[in-house]
Amino acid sequence: MKKTNVIQAVGLTKMFGDFMAVNAITFDVKKGEIFGFLGANGAGKTTAMKMLIGISTPTSGSAQVAGFDVFTQAENIKKNIGYMSQKFALYDDLTVKENITFFGGIYGLSKVRIKEKTKELIEDLGLKEVSDQLIGSLPLGWKQKISFSVALLHEPKIVFLDEPTGGVDPITRRQFWELIYRASHQGTTIFVTTHYMDEAEYCDRVSIMVNGKIEALDTPKKLKKQFNVDSMNDVFLKLARG
Amino acid sequence: MKRFKGFVTKEFYHIFRDRRSLFILFGMPIVQVLLFGFAITNEINKVDIAILDHSKDATTKEIINKISASRYFSINQHIDREANIEAVFKKGKVRAVLNFEKDFNKNLIKEHQATIQIITDATDPNSASTISNYVNSILQNYQQEQNKAIAINYVITPQPRMVYNPELKSVYMFVPGVMTIILMLVSAMMTSISITREKELGTMEILLVSPLKPFQVIIGKVFPYIFLSIINAVVIVLLSIFIFKMPVQGSLLLLGLVSVLFIISALALGILISTISASQQTAMMISLMGLMLPVILLSGFIFPISSMPLPLQIISHVIPAKWFIIILKGIMLKGVGLQFIWKETLILLGMTIFFIGLSVRRYKIRLE
Repeated sequence: MKKTNVIQAVGLTKMFGDFMAVNAITFDVKKGEIFGFLGANGAGKTTAMKMLIGISTPTSGSAQVAGFDVFTQAENIKKNIGYMSQKFALYDDLTVKENITFFGGIYGLSKVRIKEKTKELIEDLGLKEVSDQLIGSLPLGWKQKISFSVALLHEPKIVFLDEPTGGVDPITRRQFWELIYRASHQGTTIFVTTHYMDEAEYCDRVSIMVNGKIEALDTPKKLKKQFNVDSMNDVFLKLARG
Repeated sequence: MKRFKGFVTKEFYHIFRDRRSLFILFGMPIVQVLLFGFAITNEINKVDIAILDHSKDATTKEIINKISASRYFSINQHIDREANIEAVFKKGKVRAVLNFEKDFNKNLIKEHQATIQIITDATDPNSASTISNYVNSILQNYQQEQNKAIAINYVITPQPRMVYNPELKSVYMFVPGVMTIILMLVSAMMTSISITREKELGTMEILLVSPLKPFQVIIGKVFPYIFLSIINAVVIVLLSIFIFKMPVQGSLLLLGLVSVLFIISALALGILISTISASQQTAMMISLMGLMLPVILLSGFIFPISSMPLPLQIISHVIPAKWFIIILKGIMLKGVGLQFIWKETLILLGMTIFFIGLSVRRYKIRLE
């Protein structure tokens, strides 16, 4: 049985003046998949992602996200996706509960629903003792987990993670990936950009961008075979060096 | 609407949990009004003077009594010869010496003329001239009383009459200016900082990816500041009425409406600044240099615009604060209605609309 595509991009392009940041990328992401979006700094990952989440209009090409068109239905896309940026953007001067209430509120969750979700989230992450503390006082790893859970608060079809594990220790990273797996099992599609090649191994499929183009796209296993190397790190190095 | 409420609640958490913004919001207005009202004042009050009386007759005694009875002067000491004048000034306490000539009374009766020398310490030229003016007016007053008593009008002196602020109370002049500064500070600087803060932290991105529309985000961010600015304006007016006994002559409703107009124009400027600055520091510097300085220097608050060189006068026209101060003075001090200040109000309205348009445009460009 073929799974449905939740992201479908065909020839998606973004120009900034003469500079082609994203050069006609074509790919699709299936429902429930963990899709790794790899590339060096400046390869065009973030620009491509911004087009998919509806805050940047593509120059040409087409793309559908969660069944909506990025050109004409950006507002619908926004309702159906979650987003976590590399800055774990929660409000440091709000408590854990206040952050959850606020983000639940802007996604239009009802008061009752927010209460349920808050309870669930706090129990899940074992945050009972700190739920009334300001986020700013918590360690980075916790913030990150909360940030991820907040991105899932409105039960989006797809969640976009922009380098979510930068600057945290390996154990916390491992725990974070457990959260990602769990969300994926529950049917949420995960679109994740990362620098860490060991994390690329955790993905169902990965794409590697070089200079605005997707140079490779397959499962980690097949990619390693294709390039005849042992790790994703070597695949990446081979591609990036040309 | 529910989303909006949640947003505004969050904004208030930010404000009330940050001591710095709390101080700027509520400490500053009060400190500024009190500072300008009490400390930085052009008025004189119980200035120490010395008397050098060569005649010691009935008239000089009367004049001296009159001067010492006024609340402006207090007689610090009597000296008996010119040589002591310098020593008195050097001690620093006495700011003026009144030197009555010899045979003062006799001269006045015989020649209808007598002289008092008013020697002031002009190291502070402003207060020196103020002191001399005050002494003059007491003398004129005395002269008139005398003339009336003997029914011969032998000296005619022109008497300048100060209208609107007959006692030349400086606080009346400062209140409109302080109010303008505070509203500018709270509305423009605080909003630009709070918007750039979200950009700096990365939360702005999250908000833009959410179903909230960009204009909802901006309105949610500025709304609390509109509210707080209005509270500030009310506090300033109340302070001036109850502490400085400054009467507000005109309509309070009109005062409120034009204040809201000015607040909105300042907010638009704040949004504009936030679109061109990447960090909170930049936003603060631009607000201070680009907004506060012109408001203080070129709005007519401290330095009269009419005595500025022409290029500065022209620049002052594009400063919203200038028009707002004219309107405020009109309503508060002269008690005029809209029919006298419609022109200024219209200019302010035009500027507000222009700034809103510009900031919306800039904001859209930013998003691309």
